[in-house]
Amino acid sequence: MPHIELPDPDVGVLRRRPILIEGLRDRVGMDLLILDEDGRRAYETDAFTAYRRVPMLVVLPRTTEDVSKILKYCHDNDVKVIPRGAGTSLCGGALPTEDAIVLCISKMNRVIEIDYDNRLARVEAGITNLEITARVAEEGFFYAPDPSSQLACTLAGNLAMNSGGAHCLKYGVTTHNVIGVKMVMIDGTIVEIGGAAIERNGYDLLSYIIGSEGQLGVITEATVKIVPAPEGARPMMIGFRSPEAAGACVAGIIAQGIIPVAIEYMDRAAIEVCEAFAHAGYPRDVESLLIVEVEGSESEIGILLGKIAEIAAAFDPKTVVISESAEQSARIWAGRKAAFGAIGRISDYLCMDGTIPLAQLPHALTRIAQICAEYDLKVANIFHAGDGNLHPLILYDANSEDEAAKAEAAGEAILKLCVELGGCLTGEHGVGIEKRELMATQFSPTDLAVQMRIKSVFDPTWRLNPAKVFPLAASEGMRAGRETNTEAA
Amino acid sequence: MTELLRPAAEWELQSMIAKLASQKRRVEVVGHGALRNAGRVARSEVVLSTAGLKGVTLYEPTEIVMSARAGTPVYEIEAILAARGQMLPFEPIDLGPATGAPGGALSIGGVFATNFSGARRVSSGSARDHLLGVRAVNGRGELFKSGGRVMKNVTGIDVARGLSGSWGTLAVMTEVTFKVAPLPETVLTLAYTGLPDDLALEAMMAAMRTPYEVTGAVHLPKECAARLTHSNLAGTGQAVTLLRLETFSSAIEERKDKLAAALKVYGTPVVLNAETTWSLWNEFRTLAVLPFSTETSLWRISTLPTKAADIVAAIQKFMPVVALYDWAGALIWLEVPAAADAGAADVRRAVAVRGGHATLIRAEPEVRASVDVFEPMKPEIERLTRGVKSAFDPEGLLNRGRMYANL
Repeated sequence: MPHIELPDPDVGVLRRRPILIEGLRDRVGMDLLILDEDGRRAYETDAFTAYRRVPMLVVLPRTTEDVSKILKYCHDNDVKVIPRGAGTSLCGGALPTEDAIVLCISKMNRVIEIDYDNRLARVEAGITNLEITARVAEEGFFYAPDPSSQLACTLAGNLAMNSGGAHCLKYGVTTHNVIGVKMVMIDGTIVEIGGAAIERNGYDLLSYIIGSEGQLGVITEATVKIVPAPEGARPMMIGFRSPEAAGACVAGIIAQGIIPVAIEYMDRAAIEVCEAFAHAGYPRDVESLLIVEVEGSESEIGILLGKIAEIAAAFDPKTVVISESAEQSARIWAGRKAAFGAIGRISDYLCMDGTIPLAQLPHALTRIAQICAEYDLKVANIFHAGDGNLHPLILYDANSEDEAAKAEAAGEAILKLCVELGGCLTGEHGVGIEKRELMATQFSPTDLAVQMRIKSVFDPTWRLNPAKVFPLAASEGMRAGRETNTEAA
Repeated sequence: MTELLRPAAEWELQSMIAKLASQKRRVEVVGHGALRNAGRVARSEVVLSTAGLKGVTLYEPTEIVMSARAGTPVYEIEAILAARGQMLPFEPIDLGPATGAPGGALSIGGVFATNFSGARRVSSGSARDHLLGVRAVNGRGELFKSGGRVMKNVTGIDVARGLSGSWGTLAVMTEVTFKVAPLPETVLTLAYTGLPDDLALEAMMAAMRTPYEVTGAVHLPKECAARLTHSNLAGTGQAVTLLRLETFSSAIEERKDKLAAALKVYGTPVVLNAETTWSLWNEFRTLAVLPFSTETSLWRISTLPTKAADIVAAIQKFMPVVALYDWAGALIWLEVPAAADAGAADVRRAVAVRGGHATLIRAEPEVRASVDVFEPMKPEIERLTRGVKSAFDPEGLLNRGRMYANL
């Protein structure tokens, strides 16, 4: 996808590289720096692999004080900093530039304190999402946000992207599950925001920070909520003859006062590929498949699944399968969770991430099919039906520049469609560089200015992960230091 | 003489604020006045009321989402939701009766401007957590939107949620979009009597550690419980600890039995039925047990449940108090005798040592003008707070001084 523009590196900064290395070495020691090209190349891209830039150098701090020294030095020497966790961003959120330092906090992964009475855990931000749950599971707790990458992704990245997952319908996303952070500002100042109580005091600075894609500060620690695990959980699968019937069934479930813990949707193309890969037992003769999971005691689960089956019956399902064992439940979820990998085995693909109001689902699926047909591309649809977060996977041949350009154009058309239908450009992957220029389709210049002024409050010189999220032309003045906070209209 | 502006449309509100901004005139922003006696006193020569911006603009019960203009009364919204078997899951608190302002005047804009949530916050999250999007006018007179109407949205910086709890000092919300929830099929309350504060908090924390999804956990020490008007609980002369359960009718008995078994060391609870539960917990939404009085001041203390009893005990050494513990102890409503500083020095010291923050809710205007109503900020947080204020409202025109002096 050659058309996403990356700013030219600052030659003056590149020339100063030896001095900057020396300066950082003096402050944090040589063992935290990665200087050689092979080492730096490991950080040249995130999971948005179409774009790569080898950073000037990489720093792996071990403490908040290290982060503070690094940021202060970069601030004082006018160097850009790209914060990074595990690099699982799908939108280029952690993509470096040649004149920037990558600050990767993966070494900061300790659990500092677990407080079961207050249902909180204080952890370093480099910990992986799943490790938090692993550390509290024995006491019957879990950390709720569950992005598909949760085995690998760091909490820092989750905070940057406000990550969610299949279970966010009931448990919310990252912003609902964090009560405080320790963060380092670009000038090296260490701030603690929230954390001493679940209710925030004064302005809700945390809301600005969570989901800001690493543009406001580097979070080094967080206090997160831990949640008692349910007594049990069980999914069911409902196969329909049309997307309309599946969409209407989702609406019917919610209208009856049932909020399942997850409702996932797969179309025929996705079912085929996932079943061939995971042998999950998905029906292959349906157009749409819902995986609906509920929680509670055995009897509550029975009541809820029975009610859902009754609701589904009104929409003439072809298949209704209620999981009868833990093993079957695991297989059903394994198929869904492996979906992106399974499709990756048969084709390169672009994974889109738009969100729509649920009532627009049939229309959106029809239009997505039309858009992809116009570009002569195949598409598979997988998404979180409970919250309308679509993941059309546009299949293409990455070795063909023509196909890559077509896939990108189709993806852009789909995201614009999501906005037209009342939705948004990204439900969970973030804006990064991928959707940066599309922001103007969802937001007016004033809306964007309001957001950019917040960035300027925290990072007045725009040195922290610049050239992300905001259209380049709109942020140019601030990135170049010509505009300040109050002039940014 | 105060000039009252009452725009009937968003464009009108925007043009009014743009004009005030050009004249650099400060403006007090209110809804229907439910919150006017709370917070710092921020009188200006111009008052702008959002009361004319009324009406639900979008309601999709099958998507559990609603949009409403900021001045829409909460009771109107709740009536519309109830007709479709739904509710506001954060159970907003109406401070009017407890602060000497009219009851029932709470607007949906006021709910999100203060982010004051009721008992169900302990399980469902705060008003802020349910806010999906806003349309608003900032102190520059600019109309902007943030967020949207879908549950998942990570498009740009979350300005919408950032406005929650800003008391109208950053922007005037004109329309809010929020998530709603199904009304439970049935409810009941387990009532434990006679537990001292520390044991009651321990019981509530234990309840919240179970998987039985307790949707309200409130403890009323003896002095507070004596004010309950509820026939089953009034007159016991004892403290009352209340745990609420909600689910489908056919499942609630089992859930109740399991919770009671998990908490058996705290005694055998009285079980209050659905009708009683609804009326009882509705009393908490207006703080009926902490009614308006010029003889007392009222504090709202947010802390960790493990610290709550200790905070109240520490303050009690210096003055008589009536406490109500909500959110399993994460929120304390504390009534203290009226005094020149509303007991601020002792309250703040007790909270500072143990963690959390305190807000003065009820006191005479001159008291609220002379003491910090909101928790004083650390310097680095104040720097950011001033920056955010300046980004939205560089001339400091909107509700200046409502939260902090000179801000």
